Amino acid sequence: MDWLALNEAEWTAIRLSLLVSTVAVAASLPLGILVALLLARGRFWGKSLLNGIVHLPLILPPVVTGFLLLILFGRKGPVGAFLEAHLGIVFSFRWTGAALACAVMGFPLLVRSIRLSIDAVDRKLEDAAGTLGANPTWVFVTVTLPLILPGIIAGMILSFAKAMGEFGATITFVSNIPGETQTISSAIYTFTQVPGGDLGAMRLTIVAIGISMAALLASEFMAHAIGKRVHFE
Amino acid sequence: MTLVVEVRHRLGAFRLDAHFTSEGGVTALFGRSGSGKTSLIGTIAGLIRPEEGRIALDGDVLVDTARGIFVPKHRRRFGYVFQEARLFPHLTVRSNLAYGRWFAPRGTRADNFSHVVDLLGIGALLDRRPANLSGGERQRVAIGRALLSAPRMLLMDEPLAALDEERKAEILPYLERLRDDTKVPIVYVSHAVHEVARLADRVVVLNDGRVEAIGAVADVLSGSLLSAAVDRREAGSVLTGVVTAFDAPHRLATVQLKGCELHVPNADIGTGKSVRVHIAARDVMLAVVRPEGLSALNILEGKIESIAADGEGMITVRVDCAGDAIHARITELSGSRLHLHAGKPVYAIVKTVALDPR
Repeated sequence: MDWLALNEAEWTAIRLSLLVSTVAVAASLPLGILVALLLARGRFWGKSLLNGIVHLPLILPPVVTGFLLLILFGRKGPVGAFLEAHLGIVFSFRWTGAALACAVMGFPLLVRSIRLSIDAVDRKLEDAAGTLGANPTWVFVTVTLPLILPGIIAGMILSFAKAMGEFGATITFVSNIPGETQTISSAIYTFTQVPGGDLGAMRLTIVAIGISMAALLASEFMAHAIGKRVHFE
Repeated sequence: MTLVVEVRHRLGAFRLDAHFTSEGGVTALFGRSGSGKTSLIGTIAGLIRPEEGRIALDGDVLVDTARGIFVPKHRRRFGYVFQEARLFPHLTVRSNLAYGRWFAPRGTRADNFSHVVDLLGIGALLDRRPANLSGGERQRVAIGRALLSAPRMLLMDEPLAALDEERKAEILPYLERLRDDTKVPIVYVSHAVHEVARLADRVVVLNDGRVEAIGAVADVLSGSLLSAAVDRREAGSVLTGVVTAFDAPHRLATVQLKGCELHVPNADIGTGKSVRVHIAARDVMLAVVRPEGLSALNILEGKIESIAADGEGMITVRVDCAGDAIHARITELSGSRLHLHAGKPVYAIVKTVALDPR
């Protein structure tokens, strides 16, 4: 069973994948909740436009999304140059860039899931909280947020899974640098390009299956546990 | 306490144009569905922003469209009990009850948690979740939640409408205790005559978005102020009296009104208790001679005070029985056969009496 043992390079790819996906989900969550709220509750000009932009990464070929990120967030890109000059954040050819690509690709899934759960919230409960003296912020924190928690978790799991499997946008934006931007997916791709890499690819494939299954089970478990509390009538 | 409400508001084709004042106690907003009761109470609570109008409680202006004032609902401190309980499903009963307390301003925060819990009989439910409560229990918790937010006033929008008769009977006594124990003024929306007769001090009758009549509960429910046929059919007399005796073997209570006595079955509420009596006008027959061999227990002697015809073949006869006005709703035909006219002595035969402890 020696062939199952992971070597150092493969461990690096796994660790990097987990780091990139976790950071991508965590960093995009607050914005995801905000955008979902805007789309579900907001009435403003350009709402369909915002909806379209949010969903674009779902429809566009990932390579196109990656290329757009390269143009915008690359060192010479307008946003990338600004961020580097003022905040010292560099995306191009760094793991942070991989996280950005994963966050963008997973964003529509995150927003969709949260938005659906916001639509399902009974607004009469929010009115009731208001008459009891809670201002809109407190109503959101004490009533809306707990009620949409299952949707938030489902969205996080979906976007995490998307991030784990993200390949096209990442490789276009930040390339495939071992130790910096080489995630499980790009590592498997690399293995399949070299003679005798099949075993490595198989090992990483098993790991990918394991992580995906664990994420799925965790989401089922949490959805069940919270759903039991939140479900009513 | 004085609540002044004056609103004009349009909802699609429906126009609400209502004006009334309330001086504390229980004010009922009474009318059929679609008469604008819920919209009106919604503007008082701040759930609806009226197009035009003024709402003030004791000089504290909550809405004044002319001056651009609109106090949002969370700053009004009006407890609202909805038709459906609207409990927070993710919180236990205890946390639901405590919810309003978190937001009540310091100093007004009520320290009467256990008192309210006892009053509503929900002590055994505190650690349960709303999903595991019956409809009646939920509504009691909702009432408690509104009370514990230290409200300046309670607004109740048909709190019993979603419940079956048994649950209604379960909650009504709690509402009466609420009215008598806590001194919180209540605005109570209902389309049920017997609820209004039991609970209200004053009644505002709404019809098609307008106030049709305002008055003391006994005056309004006697029917002359009600224009809608459905409401008139439900009209009746609301009288107050004291229980003077209880005949245990026959389970009959004797209620002394101003001048006459009523016998009410199955009303073991203790002698000396003051009670409110509701007699539906359709449950009263009239006779010009003292009837003999009749099963009815309550035959009251009186004199016709006035007769009002409704134009649908029915008349409402107001009979003065030694100081108490009893209304009888009979057909116009019987009226002319018996040659009824004001001043004529008659006997009112009361078939059923609804009795509520006060």
